[in-house]
Formats: sequence, structure tokens, C-alpha cells
Amino acid sequence: MKGEPLKEPPKEPVKVGVFICHCGSNIAGTVDVKALAEFAGGLPGVEFSTHYVYLCSDPGQGLIKESVKRLGLNRVVVAACSPRMHEETFRRTVREAGLNPYLLEVANIREQCSWVHMNQKEAATEKAKALVAAAVVKSLYNEPLEPLTLGVEKSVLVVGGGVAGIQASIDLADQGFKVYLVEKQPSIGGHMAQLDKTFPTLDCSSCILTPKMVEASRHENIELLTYSEVKSVEGHVGSFEVTVLKKPRYIREDLCRACGICAEKCPIKVPSEFDMGLGERKAIYIPFPQAVPLKYTIDPAHCLYHTKGVCRVCEKFCPEKAVDFDQKPVEVKLKVGAIILATGYDLYDCSQKYEYGYGRYRNVITNLEFERMVSASGPTSGQIIRPSDRKSPRRVAFLQCVGSRDVNSNKYCSRICCMASVKQAHQVKEKDPSSDVVIFYTDLRCFGKGYEEFLERVQGEGIKVVRGRVAEVVEDASGNLRLRYENTYLGEVFEEEFDLVVLAAGLIPSDIKELRTILKLSTTPDGFLAEAHPKLRPVETFTEGIYVCGAAQGPKDIPDTVAQASAAASRASALLAEGMVSIEPITAEVDEDRCGGCGLCVQACFFNAIELEVKEGKRKAKVNQVLCKGCGVCGATCPSGAVKMRHFTDEQLRGEVEAILSTVRR
Amino acid sequence: MPEFEPNIVCFACNWCTYAGADMAGTSKFQYPANLKIIRVMCTGRVNPEFVLEAFKKGADGVFIGGCHPPSDCHYVNGNLKARNRVQIMKLLLAQLGFEPERLRLEWISASEGEEFSRKVREFVEELKRLGPNPLKESSTR
Repeated sequence: MKGEPLKEPPKEPVKVGVFICHCGSNIAGTVDVKALAEFAGGLPGVEFSTHYVYLCSDPGQGLIKESVKRLGLNRVVVAACSPRMHEETFRRTVREAGLNPYLLEVANIREQCSWVHMNQKEAATEKAKALVAAAVVKSLYNEPLEPLTLGVEKSVLVVGGGVAGIQASIDLADQGFKVYLVEKQPSIGGHMAQLDKTFPTLDCSSCILTPKMVEASRHENIELLTYSEVKSVEGHVGSFEVTVLKKPRYIREDLCRACGICAEKCPIKVPSEFDMGLGERKAIYIPFPQAVPLKYTIDPAHCLYHTKGVCRVCEKFCPEKAVDFDQKPVEVKLKVGAIILATGYDLYDCSQKYEYGYGRYRNVITNLEFERMVSASGPTSGQIIRPSDRKSPRRVAFLQCVGSRDVNSNKYCSRICCMASVKQAHQVKEKDPSSDVVIFYTDLRCFGKGYEEFLERVQGEGIKVVRGRVAEVVEDASGNLRLRYENTYLGEVFEEEFDLVVLAAGLIPSDIKELRTILKLSTTPDGFLAEAHPKLRPVETFTEGIYVCGAAQGPKDIPDTVAQASAAASRASALLAEGMVSIEPITAEVDEDRCGGCGLCVQACFFNAIELEVKEGKRKAKVNQVLCKGCGVCGATCPSGAVKMRHFTDEQLRGEVEAILSTVRR
Repeated sequence: MPEFEPNIVCFACNWCTYAGADMAGTSKFQYPANLKIIRVMCTGRVNPEFVLEAFKKGADGVFIGGCHPPSDCHYVNGNLKARNRVQIMKLLLAQLGFEPERLRLEWISASEGEEFSRKVREFVEELKRLGPNPLKESSTR
């Protein structure tokens, strides 16, 4: 194809219909759609062109179908929003009109034209013409393609054993699908297990969560893989091959009865992660008494035998002989049809806000540390104390938006901290009605069902709310904390002393960079996993068969998390129940007459989808259609133009280049 | 005489830069209308011939946008193949009498709408400084 003129489009008489969408005023307010339709009507191959107010509407799609049938159109170009938005919609329309769906081409004149050139109407119209001309040329070469249909494994991998992952697992298991629930910690439960009471109903968090944890562990269709991490994922929707690495607990789960003698005897004390460092655990431990599975784990970073080669006291005292220092990591291979990510959140590192003194001042704590403290099963047995002298604080300040709504850390609102602080303020008052409690806020966002009512109730208890961000916290010798802040309603600066300061730490995405790399998932600018569409596909990712729910997708409270988990389970079960899935037929093929058998494409393909086979004594490349992912690297590598990358052929891309450059009058 | 407005062909990968350009749209980050996007599934699909052809047909600049290395590429390493090719193409362009800056490779993720609009503005400014495609100049001289 070197320097050759473009190959002629297919012989059959091509009749293109061009349909231009106004999208209300989204497109038509900037692009002159009438001029665009006239221009399109004059392009080679175009039989018919028109414009319409909303092409995605029922009458809009009807217009396309009716025109195709009436005029015998055999190519359709829709100039509208991004193909990432409505390509599927219009492919269905085209199919209903009796054409192969891959005879559709979309020109993106909204996201990539009218919305980004709002004050350059003339230039936007000219650009839209170039984009439509390119789409028309591309459509001339579009060929009917048939999707590959493959079976779907009736099983799901759920990553993350917090309340989101637990809910999604139970929902799917109840429908009869096999679920593998992978959790990296020794127990499922997630952050919800650390909470004392939940807003606005003041339900005991454990009392709601623990039964669900137990149900997940006992369900015949759920296999728990705790203390495990996803190591690799191969394959595609309907048939993912997953490798999970099960870390050694150094305890035989089948033997451990969680009697606790080992921990009693273990000489090593370590700050408890579950208690946010406020309490201690042993080097052999269960994270919390209601842990599921209730099996001990040896922490090799602190265990004396692992670090110094001595001790083995736990082994000596274990009545069940469950301790096994020779355990090795085990790789578990799974085959699943769908994957749900429920990887949750981490807390913002408050020490980054130097002015608040977290990590330097003993009596500045985070909201999650407060939860552990106020929990009856926590390290202080439910007593609220100042860590410095263990006295009950009489004056408590809550500082909102630490690591949220802040250009210096995270711009987004973490959504749960207003209500969490209001609830915690209530808990301080509940224990000591004479204490002074102040919430320093940016805006109190109590938006959920029953939330505003709860705020009103708590304010009635004598809690003070002050609009203003605290500028600085200074500790004195007694551990008391002097806060400097502006009351923005009064416009005045105040200084006030407190005994305990609780920081409403923002939510940040869990550190799942490795998993994200394995699964090739994108994030939104805030770093949380991106959903395919915020309103239309809120639990799907851009990769088919992979779903997202809970705080992995963005900060959210427990009711929203549980609802979204059920939504993700529902989408996954729709796929599994269908039992079959179509795979995009946008793959490569080789023109054997042109192929010289050099094998460059074989080397270039990362997915081992191309092989050389000998035909009549000559080497020829052959593409495996199931393994081919459709990237087109082989097409750009082939020196003889023998690889045809379907739907993105050389003719199509060169044709687009030429159309763009010949349309613009510059 | 009106100001020179460069004509730019952009190859954007479906997963990162094309989605980033969509994000620029939904967030209404404005940029000049000089650049037109051709969607490819991966920047690794961009055959150097497409780039040469664009310059031959009068493009003042070619912009290739893909996923951040090392690991954002939906197809593992198609972006790295594009990077190798672009390095070689820049040498070739210089030999042909084109400023290599007329070919630009950028990594822009699906979330970087603002970044996309900024890169386009930068490129348009740079091409305005460089002036029209030298082939156009020689043909009008």
C-alpha cells in the first residue's frame, strides 16, 4: 500500500445516510446544524442527510430506521455525542432498521466539538464538517461484522470484603451463582466493623454487620478467600482467569478453634491496626473478636520466630497443633464470568495538615480513632478519653473537611464526615451532657434520608456549630489545645481552648494501583474508580464484565454503599443469567496473498494472538480471533499491508486523515 | 491577512486520550477548534505512514494521544510502541525538512480533560510560532 491511492470502496452501490443531532441546544447552540446537513448532503456516497432535535429519542431513532428503509440506505453516519456515550444505542437502531450494526459510524460533534468551542461558532461548524466528512469516508469502508458469541462462567469474583463486597456476594449467592470473595485482611468486615454506631439511626454497627459477615462465610455459594490478594487476571468478560495469592497465616485454618491460648502466651505486643493504634494486639492475633473467619494469624513482621528465629511459644501451647511455621503462600486459580470491585477507601493522612498537629499533638485524633474509642468493644471499653492523660475531655472540638473540599489536598467532598461528626458530637454529649462540644464546619451537608432531622435533634442537645475552618491548633504543656479560627458569619477571629480535637478525615481511594494496572481500569480526577457513565451505567466500568461499587467508586455512606453493591450484583447477575456474551468483532485478519511471512506481527502482538503457519510451503500469519484484543499494533507493524484491522483499516484511517485535511479551508 | 490557523490531525486512543477529550467536553474546558480527532483503539495502531500522509496532505501538526506509561495502556504496551515509532518519525521528519515539533506525543488519561485542553492550546500556540506546513509554503512560493 506504500503511497498507493486509496483502495476503492466496496463495489455495491454505497448509500450513506447522515443524521445530525441538535442535542437540544447542546450541539445546535454552537454548530450550524442546517449548514452541516447541507454540507454532508454533498459528500461523495451520501444519499440523504438531515438534522433532528434529539436523535437518541424514540422519534429520532424512528427517523433513522424509516429513512434507511425508505431510501435503501446501507451506511449510517450519526453526528451527535461521543460514541462512548451512544454508539451502542445507534448500533441497535441500525440493526432494527435491518442493517448490520457495524455499518454505523459516529461523528463526535458534541464532547469534541460544540462543548469545547462554545464561543467559536463558525470555527466549530467548520470543524464539525471535517468530522462528519471523516466519518462518512470511514463509513464507506465499513463492513458487516458478526460478534463472537461465547459462554459465560456462572461465577463471580468480588474483591474487597467490606460491607459493599459482602452485600454484593450475598445477593449473587442467593441467586445461585458461585461467588469468590477475596479480602486482603485476615477478616472480612472492612471499615464498617470499626464503627460504633451508624448515623442517623444510631444502630449499632456491629449488630447490623456481624450477621451479614457470618451469612457470607456460611453461604454454600460463597467461598471466602481472606488474607489473600488478586495477583493476575487474564481473559475477558464471561471468562476471566484469576490468580489469587493466599498469604500464609502460619495457622492451619482447618484446625484453629480460636481458643486464644496462643495469643495469651505470645510475648510480643504490637499496636492494633483495627483499633487505629489505640490498643494493642499480639504478634499472633485475630483483628477483632467478631472476626470472620475466626482464625488466628501470625504477623511475620513482628513474630519473634520470624524475625529472630526463636520462641515458637504459640506452637508449643496450641492444643490443636494448628500452628504451622512452614506454610507457604498458595496460588489459587479461579475462573469467573464477572468481577465486582468493592475495594473501599482509606483515610486521608491528617499529618499532612501540619497546622492541625495530628501525629505531633497527643490529643488530636481522627474520627476513626474516635470510633474505636467510643466503641464498647474498643481499647478504652467505650470511654472517651484524652490520650495524653486518659482524663475525660470536657471540651471537644470537631474539625470538618480535613483532606476534603480543599485545594491543597482533595477538592471533593467526602460526604460522610459531616454526619459522622454530628453523630460523634451526640455521643460525647450522651456520655457527659455538661461537656462543651463545637463542630467547626465549611457547610454542614446533611443530605440523606433522616439526616437533617438528626442534625436538628443533635443541635437541640446543646451542640454548637461554627462556620469557619480552624486555621491553627497549638498544644500547651498540659496537652490542652488552643484553636484559632474565624467565625465566617461574624467575620471575627477567635481563640478558644479545648481538651480534645477530633479531625474529620476525608476519604481517599484504597491503594489499589496494582489491581488497577492488572485490570486496566481508569479513575476519575479524584482518583476513585471511574464508572462507565455517572447516571446511565453507574456500576459498570469501561471494561465489560467488571463492575464497581461502594467507596471504591467514590466517597459514600453505608446506605448508598449497600444500595450500590446490590446494583452491581444485579448487573453482574444479568450477564450471568443470560449465559452468553458477545465479544466485539473488532479484531485483526491477515490477507494471505499479501503476507510475506516475516513474523513481525507475531513479535509485536503482546497477546500471542498471531501465529505463523505453513501453507503450501509458505509461511503465513494467522490471527486467533478469540485471543485478539483489537489494538491494531500488528496493523501498524506489518510492512506489506497484509494485516487488516477491522473497523479501523488502513483505508479508513487514511481516508479520515484526507477528509479532515481537505475539508478545512485553512 | 488573517492570523495563521494551524490544521491539526489527532490520533487518540479510545481508552485514555479519546476519553480525556470527552471529559474536556463534559467539563466544558474550551480549546481552539484547530484539532480534529481520529479515534483509534490504541496509539500502537498509528502507522507512521498515516502521520507522513497527514503532513503530505497539508497538516500543520499531528498530535498522538495515548495512555500514561508504563502501565495505563489497555493493551499493555501499545503506547510504548507508539513512543518508539514517534522517536524515529521525528528523526525522519527533520530529514525531510519538517520541524520535529510538528509531531507531538502526549499521555493523557481518561480523567485528564483539563490537561487535554491545555495540551491542545499549547500545541496550537507552538504551531503558530512555527508557521504553516513547509510543503504548503513551498507550493505557494
